[in-house]
Amino acid sequence: MKRYLALFIITLLFWLLITLSLSLANIITGIAAAGVTTLLFGRYFVRKVGKFLEPRRYAWLLAYIFVFLWECIKANFDVAYRVLHPAMPIKPGIVRVQLGIQSDLARTMLANSITMTPGTIAVDVVGDVMYVHWIYVSSEDPEVYSRKVSGRFEKYIEKIFE
Amino acid sequence: MASTILIAIGVLFNLFGCIGLIRLPDVYNRLQSATKTVTLGTWSILIGVLVRYGFIDIGVKALIAIPILFFVATVSAHALVRGSYIFGIPLGKKSVKDDYKEQYEK
Repeated sequence: MKRYLALFIITLLFWLLITLSLSLANIITGIAAAGVTTLLFGRYFVRKVGKFLEPRRYAWLLAYIFVFLWECIKANFDVAYRVLHPAMPIKPGIVRVQLGIQSDLARTMLANSITMTPGTIAVDVVGDVMYVHWIYVSSEDPEVYSRKVSGRFEKYIEKIFE
Repeated sequence: MASTILIAIGVLFNLFGCIGLIRLPDVYNRLQSATKTVTLGTWSILIGVLVRYGFIDIGVKALIAIPILFFVATVSAHALVRGSYIFGIPLGKKSVKDDYKEQYEK
């Protein structure tokens, strides 16, 4: 029950943010829309709602956003360089990366972050292994490239979502 | 002024993304440039809009579009990569490694 309530509050806040007006008609529409969304998708929401109330997680999220943005900007210059270079220095391949985190939400966030950073796209997750398409496979050693691909984010994501 | 610079940077990165879309050899590499460069370029344009209009409805909408774009771009890139692999599109000639193949053929 708690998760339905949490999802309802978050959806309603989101609605008020996108419309950005506090008129009565708007709030009623928002309650209706949030109610329908909650009924349809509430069962997919996170299990332990209490995690939303721990401020520590938001502090880590803020730190993570800065780390992520920095990596993202680096990724973009990297891809732009490879695209504009006449000889096109690419060496693509799909590699296997060992995952260190367990929960589904944390894994989703890790996969999304990997997709946005230097030359990597998450292809699939099977058990404890993530398959990642990499535009420049710089090492043959699984240890080294696991750390290179996911090591930067894992500790932050663990602190935020686990 | 700042907003003009941000929007110009965004358009430039989107242009790089489009060049990559044409120059890179196969689906998988093209998606790399289409997701990363184009997403950051669009973020930059949206932040430029926010700087220009401030925190009124149009600026806040631009700000909210950033996380939405993050999830949409990454999830759709993942779905396209996995879908095209399962559909049977091979990796380009330059590829050096394919660990997914043995998993997929099991």
